[in-house]
Amino acid sequence: MESLFLVIATLCYLIGTVGYLVYLFRDLEQLHRISWSILLVGALFHGAALVMRTAGAGHLPADTIQESLCLFAWVFVVTYLILQIWLQLRILGSFVSPLAVVFMLSSSLLPSQIMLKSEFIKSGWVIVHVASIFLANALFTLAFSVGVMYLLQERHIKKKNFGFLYERLPSLERLDSIAHYCIMSGFPLMTAGLITGFAYAAVVWHSPWNWDPKEILSLVTWIIYAVLVHERLAVGWRGRRAAWLSILGFSAIILTFVGASLLLGGHHSVLAGKM
Amino acid sequence: MSHIVLLGMNHNTAPVEIREQLAVACRKEVNPLHMLPHLEQVDEMVFLSTCNRVEFLFTCDSIAQGIREVKTVLGAHIGLPDSVPLDSYLYVHKDIEAVKHLFMVASSLDSMIVGEPQILGQLKKAYRDAVEYRTVKVVLNRLLHKSFSVAKRVRTETCIGSCAVSVSYAAVELARKIFGGLMDKSVLLIGAGEMAELAAEHFLRQGVRRMMVANRTLERAMELAARFKAETVAFDRFLEELKVMDIVVSSTGSEEPLILYQDVRSRMRERRNRPLFFIDIAVPRDVDPRVNEIDNVYVYDIDDLQGVIEHNREERQNQAQIAEHIINEETIKFNNWMNSLSAVPTIVSVRQKAENIRRNELRKTFSQLPHLSDSEKEAIEILTASIIKKFLHDPIVFLKKKAQRSAQAIYMDFTQQLFNLAEGASEEDAAPVEGEDAQDQTFLKTAKK
Repeated sequence: MESLFLVIATLCYLIGTVGYLVYLFRDLEQLHRISWSILLVGALFHGAALVMRTAGAGHLPADTIQESLCLFAWVFVVTYLILQIWLQLRILGSFVSPLAVVFMLSSSLLPSQIMLKSEFIKSGWVIVHVASIFLANALFTLAFSVGVMYLLQERHIKKKNFGFLYERLPSLERLDSIAHYCIMSGFPLMTAGLITGFAYAAVVWHSPWNWDPKEILSLVTWIIYAVLVHERLAVGWRGRRAAWLSILGFSAIILTFVGASLLLGGHHSVLAGKM
Repeated sequence: MSHIVLLGMNHNTAPVEIREQLAVACRKEVNPLHMLPHLEQVDEMVFLSTCNRVEFLFTCDSIAQGIREVKTVLGAHIGLPDSVPLDSYLYVHKDIEAVKHLFMVASSLDSMIVGEPQILGQLKKAYRDAVEYRTVKVVLNRLLHKSFSVAKRVRTETCIGSCAVSVSYAAVELARKIFGGLMDKSVLLIGAGEMAELAAEHFLRQGVRRMMVANRTLERAMELAARFKAETVAFDRFLEELKVMDIVVSSTGSEEPLILYQDVRSRMRERRNRPLFFIDIAVPRDVDPRVNEIDNVYVYDIDDLQGVIEHNREERQNQAQIAEHIINEETIKFNNWMNSLSAVPTIVSVRQKAENIRRNELRKTFSQLPHLSDSEKEAIEILTASIIKKFLHDPIVFLKKKAQRSAQAIYMDFTQQLFNLAEGASEEDAAPVEGEDAQDQTFLKTAKK
């Protein structure tokens, strides 16, 4: 049942993505509404599957990288669906929905390697840690999508070469301010997520910092966004450089999320082994 | 028979560097029309010069020789060394093509920014100059007036001038793609000109928060400021305003760039990198093209705006087709008139007209006198025919004699007016075009000669 729902969710995301890709070429409001609704249906099935999984396991379904990515994909889609209502920026769907599909597909391809022992995940600290980090990452991923849109549009205007996307993409200032709000709301969440993580580590392992690859990469990611936030607020960085930095930040997130566990050989699981 | 030839270059055929040269030449006081008396082949001539185009419209008997003469005048006027091959930048249109091209130019269909309104004014000025130099006679006189009325028709029957095709609209649209809403933005006007004012009006309509004017002459700046509810700033202080203004519309006559890379670069930090948009409609350019390389700064010169307009081409296509239809129609009408200007058709139509009158009158007479015998009728026919023949003999001999002269068009046209032959004659009377007085004056002047 659970995996069936996940398949349905993935299919919905896929159909929604196709709809949004067509929308990229044809400006039909109807198309946007249908695609958005299909994504919503996908998110509902996805959410139901996650609830079942949580009920079955008795904890947040985030103890393997596969489950984590699946959960993250859901947080991301829901964040987008809500933000879309608020932003009313239809074209955003064309840049966001493919990512949802990519997350879902890669989650099903990833090994279901245990990251965290399940007893940890029952802790309230970890739930706050995971929730805030995931929400922050979802917002940063949106900032990444908007950053890509910004760079495309900036290129049109700067190079005076107007592709078909020029008409479809909104103004630079609009894109920049959306990215700004995503980063500005994501950053405190990420900070809170890291603090709860360190605090929990201090309690459980008697040391907040354990030179775990994921810890190091998370800190690097945090520093990238800290620089971005600082430059935006203090110097007034915006536009192209800010967009590139948000893309860099997103790569760091991906590296932290996937790379650390796959390439650098288990992170929090190292800790788990230590226990 | 004389030919109409149009020789020139425009934004499509000449790169901006050559046109910058043109703009410098165009500020010279000397009008190349004063050369006309020295040209053997060229009969009538109009000289049109704008920032983006220079055109000679002339009539001559031998096209090849006429072109050669006018090319020398053009070369001398621009002041380019002989080593620069002008030929590759030039286009030559002959007869019906020349007429069509002129109509396109007048209707602003050939403009860099299609639909921009200045070109008609510039063409009218070119015509006034030609009248002053007495270089227009029957053909060009009529052609220019026709072009004004064609332009008017295109303007009223299509929305070429108003829908998304003007430079000001293009600039506003771009600004909206950069800034989104313009409500909290401020605009700085440097220099004044019709196009800049139009852009200012558009921005004002978009509800920009603040507007500022910098001009070399303070009176002009104040005049504009009053019109746009703007503030003024001393001309040598406007660079400081780059710290706060968001959109800069620049259109000065300066030959050197006014806004350099370092001027903008050094002020971006104080702007906190807020985007800055330069609309440089001056030729030569006021803003150093390198300014565009600075982050969050966008510079559009007149060629770039053309690109934006190009982008709107599709939605404009329909209107352009309607306009082209109007122009084709008018070109054919004009061509018909041109063809009628040679001696043979004029003589034919004079005879035709007389013959028609004779027949009509005979029919009336015969119907009132039913008792006339056939021989009597025949006698009356012969009588009327010989009256007409004898009456028209001298005028026709006169026309035949004049047909050998290069100025035949004057006499043919005059004859047509005298006998009210031309189809278009009544139409022309019914719809007097602007500058009708000037037309009459020219006609009198040329007739006196």
